[in-house]
Amino acid sequence: MTISKDAFETLVLEILGPLHGVARRLTKNEADAEDLVAESITRAWRGRASLTDTTAFRAWMFRILTNTFISERRKTLARPREEQLVDEASDREAAFSLFERLHQPFLLWFANPEQEFLDKLLREDLDRAVAALPEHYRVVVVLADVEGLKYGEIAEALDLPVGTVRSRLARARSALQRTLWNVARDRGLQTSRAASDHG
Amino acid sequence: MSDTHDMDCERALKNLEAFVDRELPESDQERVEQHLRICRECCSRVEFESRLKERLSTLSSGDAPSKMRDRVRELIRRF
Repeated sequence: MTISKDAFETLVLEILGPLHGVARRLTKNEADAEDLVAESITRAWRGRASLTDTTAFRAWMFRILTNTFISERRKTLARPREEQLVDEASDREAAFSLFERLHQPFLLWFANPEQEFLDKLLREDLDRAVAALPEHYRVVVVLADVEGLKYGEIAEALDLPVGTVRSRLARARSALQRTLWNVARDRGLQTSRAASDHG
Repeated sequence: MSDTHDMDCERALKNLEAFVDRELPESDQERVEQHLRICRECCSRVEFESRLKERLSTLSSGDAPSKMRDRVRELIRRF
């Protein structure tokens, strides 16, 4: 049985906030984000027969959104620069951990440089760091950490095995933390000890 | 990292992200929790990663703009 128009509208409106949020972070532009959401909803309605379980609506809808984003961009770019929502085999950057950069195990119990670092970060620092991520990393961080999807839903949305979602998320978070570290350096937030230890 | 809990720390770190994401099976979640009770270093790391995740969740825009909601309602009405 396919979904009724009323039920479809209810389900779409329930997740419109996250849908719009992810679209905005993919397109980096409000007008394009709204067009992407509208086009995805149109495609979802046309393909509603493939929705077999309405409890999986959110992941199904995000899958249509990411596929629409990729196919729409193909139309506008002769050679897409970052067509890598599904492949980052060439990414071999070493893991980076803010905690390891900042934590000082022998400090007194009340000293906590890593938490102080987080406290000093502004919303725009986080925004900037997320926006600077390559697309294939940005999408998993936004789905998992900003919008709070579970691994299984992200796997469904990106058409990937759960194990790949986990490993990609680990690399994406490492890249995000490296970017935050650089953002903090630009704003003069790195502690003198951390900066002198790690450059 | 605590020298006396190297193996435990190693296993805990392997599962750290899934633990923070609440994606571990219950038994593994409990094993990591047990380790955190005795290892200050891993506990600090989990606190840090949890707080960073929490900060990122505040970037969620919440509801879509009302202009977008109106556009979607109108779009669906025309299906």
